[in-house]
Amino acid sequence: MSEELTNSRLGAMAYDPAPESAAIARLKPAYGLFINGQFSDPSSHENFETLNPANEEPLASVAQASVADVDRAVYAARRAYDTIWSKTTGAERSKYLFRVARLIQERARELAVVETLDNGKPIRESRDVDVPLAAAHFFYYAGWADKLDHAGFGPDPKPLGVAGQIIPWNFPLLMAAWKLAPALAAGNTCVLKPAETTPLSALLLAEILQQAELPDGVVNIITGDGAAGAALVDHPGVDKIAFTGSTEVGRLIQQRVASSHKHLTLELGGKGANIVFEDAPIDEMIEGIIDGIFFNQGHVCCAGSRLLVQESVADDVLRRLIRRVDQLRVGDPLDKNTDVGAINSAAQLARIKELTAYGEEEGATRYTSSCPLPDKGYWFAPTVFADVSQSHRIAREEIFGPVLSVLTFRTPEEAVAKANNTNYGLACGVWSEKGSRTLWVAERLRAGVVWANTYNRFDPASPFGGVRESGFGREGGRHGLEAYLNV
Amino acid sequence: MPVIESEVQLRALLAGLSGVDAVGAEARAAKLATRSLKKSTKLAALDLAIAMVDLTTLEGADTPGRVTSLCAKAMRPYPSDPSVPSVAAVCVYPDLVGHARHVLGSSSVKVASVATSFPSGRASLNVKLLDVREAVSAGADEIDMVIDRGAFLSGRLGHVFDEVVAVKEACGSAHLKVILETGELVTYDNVRRASWIAMLGGADFIKTSTGKVGVNATLPAALVMLEAVRDFAEVAGAVIGVKVAGGIRSSKDALRYLVLINETTGSAWLSPERFRFGASSLLNDLLMQRLKQRRGSYVRADEFSGD
Repeated sequence: MSEELTNSRLGAMAYDPAPESAAIARLKPAYGLFINGQFSDPSSHENFETLNPANEEPLASVAQASVADVDRAVYAARRAYDTIWSKTTGAERSKYLFRVARLIQERARELAVVETLDNGKPIRESRDVDVPLAAAHFFYYAGWADKLDHAGFGPDPKPLGVAGQIIPWNFPLLMAAWKLAPALAAGNTCVLKPAETTPLSALLLAEILQQAELPDGVVNIITGDGAAGAALVDHPGVDKIAFTGSTEVGRLIQQRVASSHKHLTLELGGKGANIVFEDAPIDEMIEGIIDGIFFNQGHVCCAGSRLLVQESVADDVLRRLIRRVDQLRVGDPLDKNTDVGAINSAAQLARIKELTAYGEEEGATRYTSSCPLPDKGYWFAPTVFADVSQSHRIAREEIFGPVLSVLTFRTPEEAVAKANNTNYGLACGVWSEKGSRTLWVAERLRAGVVWANTYNRFDPASPFGGVRESGFGREGGRHGLEAYLNV
Repeated sequence: MPVIESEVQLRALLAGLSGVDAVGAEARAAKLATRSLKKSTKLAALDLAIAMVDLTTLEGADTPGRVTSLCAKAMRPYPSDPSVPSVAAVCVYPDLVGHARHVLGSSSVKVASVATSFPSGRASLNVKLLDVREAVSAGADEIDMVIDRGAFLSGRLGHVFDEVVAVKEACGSAHLKVILETGELVTYDNVRRASWIAMLGGADFIKTSTGKVGVNATLPAALVMLEAVRDFAEVAGAVIGVKVAGGIRSSKDALRYLVLINETTGSAWLSPERFRFGASSLLNDLLMQRLKQRRGSYVRADEFSGD
């Protein structure tokens, strides 16, 4: 090969910083609890700081909800349900949801910056994925609110009542939209608890709900730690618990909800397999693998964290993959050219480091991106483990970070067996130009979602959810209504 | 370099190429189009884009006078600022090559000529070769040929390949750019196969379009072609250039192509030797944005000559 070629350096044209302005966020120094349409101080007068994970600097002070505050929020939701929302027509509910959707679009830039500051995800993703999808979710369920008779659950399906909703830190605004939009469309009132490390976009959403003049108490947003979440789960006035988060916590919630009248849906962890056949469209497949595991720093429950590649093309795929991983731009999440942002918290960073250390110990071959990392903040360079075996911890446990485990297979049967050899069952990807094989594999995969020649694609019209230890219940689509209807 | 000795061998090689997933390719191009070039990156990129322009006039109404002013513009795009680079080449019809050669003299600006019965390519091989030879003997440094899309679409891939080989031979020392006319090939799979046929046949450049059909250069088509030259370089050890042509009018568009190169093939292609823009009105917008970057404000369009 000529010298010119071997010297052809990807990314040789370095991009000058192109940061979005943090001032667009217009953050307040402190936020209270959003109960009964108003922000109020917590009864305990306790607060905690939420940090920017990219530089460890505090962004704002947020209220810590006590058991009494949770009670207040549930009471407000109950009263709003009994006196207003259960008497509001579907067409009227739909009007509010459309308003919220439009206000999210109007304030999209502000929401994107807040999300990026609080979560650490690249502004490109919050701007192009999180915020537009959140708006799309409200638009979609706004359309259902007056058509519940035709949703396939019989005539006049009834709401459940008060929904307690606990959401994770990986897609704070989007998960709030996934929870609130179908619940409100179906006629429930809500108490939403955002994650401890990422409360800000939900609080901005509370302002939007005020702006939309949603009746007081229909949505209540309480911030706090796991104790606040536990109080919500245990509250006898709640009719439904919807939780998205770790399998570990999901298991605890299911135990606590058992023997109560509460309905439950859980969207938990995953260890998604991205299955690559030798006839896959190679360039798009490489991008799909990259999106599958490095999108949102790998903080994605349905991440394609296991790459199953056919042995006949494994070397070529790995070579191209590593070339591409090396090109990822890691750094300031507010920079419009950043591909991979900051790890959300010190605790998560420690967890990723712990599991990747096992990977090396267990004999996998580690490739780490050569990208420079900032000095301050929580950072982890994109990492690929080759020569991974099924028995390795990095092939079994959810890492929830930018770490990919590469395994190989020889036949479609073996690919399916390996993909299914996990306690989880949230999502898988199949890459092949042969439709019949894709369908053969897809119908044998035990996963709630199977993507063909793409990965991490979301649409409000498409149901999402898991099987086995990835949880139960569906969000999105007509199916998503079922979780909030008494059917 | 793989030597193609039969159509069977050519077909086997093309069949071995990976398919292109259209949705994925378009998504990748769209994602790269969101890159934001600022400050010194933008200034350097604008200058590079200027140096990559094949300043083109391909009209029935072209005259020696028109070509004279185009050549003047090509050598000194913005006389008020001598730091503005010359463009890479002027691109004209074969009958005006001699005139362009005369006007450009010993300047660094190359003379490129479309040939082979451009733009349709509907002529016998002998006519096409004569077209090429006349342009070369009149002083063309670069020949932009068109492939026989009819032959390609009817599956006569060997015919397409043989024509490229024959034209390459007729070019002698002139560089050969092979126009795929991606808008007529329609699918990205076809773009990838046609790219390989052209490269195997001896192309120095592969070029998207004539600029004379409905769909000209697009980012995804250029992405597929860049992937082809990157992969070909690994297999054959030869660095083939890429030219995008038709419909590229704004600096923003041009910079998006540079980002595509930067993140697909890398530095070896970030040079007029390996990448060109076939365009005319693009040049003035590049000059406008260049001046805006330096001054901080826009100037009137009439600040730049209309050629």
